[in-house]
Amino acid sequence: MADSSKKKGLLGGLLALPNDDPKKTLFIAVMLCLVCSILVSTAAVSLKPIQTSNKKTDIKRNILAVTGQSNKAGSVDELFEQFDVRLVDLSEGNYADTDIDPVSYDQRKASADPQMSVKLTGDQNIAGIGSRAKMAPVYLLTEGDTIKQVVLPVHGYGLWSTLYGFLSLEGDFNTIKGLRFYEHAETPGLGGEVDNPKWRSQWEGKKVFDEDGNVEIRVIRGHVGKDTPEAEHKVDGLSGATLTSNGVTNLLQYWLGDHGFGPYLKNMRSELGK
Amino acid sequence: MASEAKTNVIDPLVDNNPITLQVLGICSALAVTTNMMSSLIMCIALTTVCAFSGMFISAIRKHIPSNIRIIVQMTIIASLVIIVDQVLKAYAYEASKQLSVFVGLIITNCIVLGRAEAYAMKNPPMLSFLDGIGNGLGYSLILMGVAFFRELLGAGKLFGHQVIPVANEGGWYVPNGLMLLPPSAFFVIGLMIWAIRTWKKEQVEKPDYQIHQVHRTEVL
Repeated sequence: MADSSKKKGLLGGLLALPNDDPKKTLFIAVMLCLVCSILVSTAAVSLKPIQTSNKKTDIKRNILAVTGQSNKAGSVDELFEQFDVRLVDLSEGNYADTDIDPVSYDQRKASADPQMSVKLTGDQNIAGIGSRAKMAPVYLLTEGDTIKQVVLPVHGYGLWSTLYGFLSLEGDFNTIKGLRFYEHAETPGLGGEVDNPKWRSQWEGKKVFDEDGNVEIRVIRGHVGKDTPEAEHKVDGLSGATLTSNGVTNLLQYWLGDHGFGPYLKNMRSELGK
Repeated sequence: MASEAKTNVIDPLVDNNPITLQVLGICSALAVTTNMMSSLIMCIALTTVCAFSGMFISAIRKHIPSNIRIIVQMTIIASLVIIVDQVLKAYAYEASKQLSVFVGLIITNCIVLGRAEAYAMKNPPMLSFLDGIGNGLGYSLILMGVAFFRELLGAGKLFGHQVIPVANEGGWYVPNGLMLLPPSAFFVIGLMIWAIRTWKKEQVEKPDYQIHQVHRTEVL
């Protein structure tokens, strides 16, 4: 063995060992892992830019869909042009005075940055998100001077994953136009039914606030019938997915409440009342 | 050599089909066949992985230590699956979102590991590659067949295009909702196996045991 390894060098020597030799086993294992990991990481890194741009287009497409604009003619980017993107200072409830470009603003990155986010205390943290960015983008669909629809980005914890989605409100800042999640990892067929078009279509026309301005919108257990009290605030639960349904309720309660878009919506509604 | 290459590709289509004869890879056949488009992408992904994993495993087969051979095979298969998944995310984003976890689950598809262990470990790379292609195509044939029936009867569509006008859009056909649920794939595959075995009698397995006529008196 020693002779042959001298002739063929280290590599050849190792390959010439019998297959069940521990040294060769280790060598093959290490080499294989090395080659495979290089291949995998090359693929991941080189395809990353295309994947990110796909994700961005997908988010735009979801905003179009939640406002009911997606069946119009034109490319996603063209249609998205009609939206006015503004940054909202969440605690103040008005449009933020900042140099940051609202279109390229990354709320998810900002939530992780202690400088640009606030930590939530236990009783505030109903959506299970830990901290939230100080600013959030809103997408306004306007006609002349009046706001027709406003799209709010929402997210919160379901059963397995954080659900990311968009909630679209009509110009009265109370009636829901649509709710759509574009990213989640809930159980397909159970919690994953948040993507079911039938379930999604129930949201249209529901009211967020009661007369006193409390956030009343929720997903209930079971079916919302004609006789259900306050049916205008309630949506059918997803069967077999209580925790995902609760997660959706919590994230809406959070984002429409005082620590989310509550102050902003309040300002906008009082402006409407004038 | 040439004839073996040919049988490697042709044989798994019907005579030695991985789904209907070997009854492997059923899990994904149930999950992704609700519409033809996602089945097609799944088939391409599986055929690619099956062919290349066979080729790579076969290329290093003489140096794979037998006590870690399954791990070696899995590592190669898993790497290929991740690469395919990344490519899909970049170039077929919508489809990859629909297939979600099932592309990743090609790793555990019994066909891929089955062919690696049964064929690629004993045969040269080029033949293993063709064997992978053949088995991938055999899988694809059944998957596309199942998806055809499920999408047509379940939604009145083929490749997303409406071919039968459905009732809730003013047509005459009331879609069969069961066809969109996983159990229907079982029925369709079962019917296919029945049809194939009626055509190719040699695929019918011998019964494992014989039921004898027992007389009452013998028992007592």
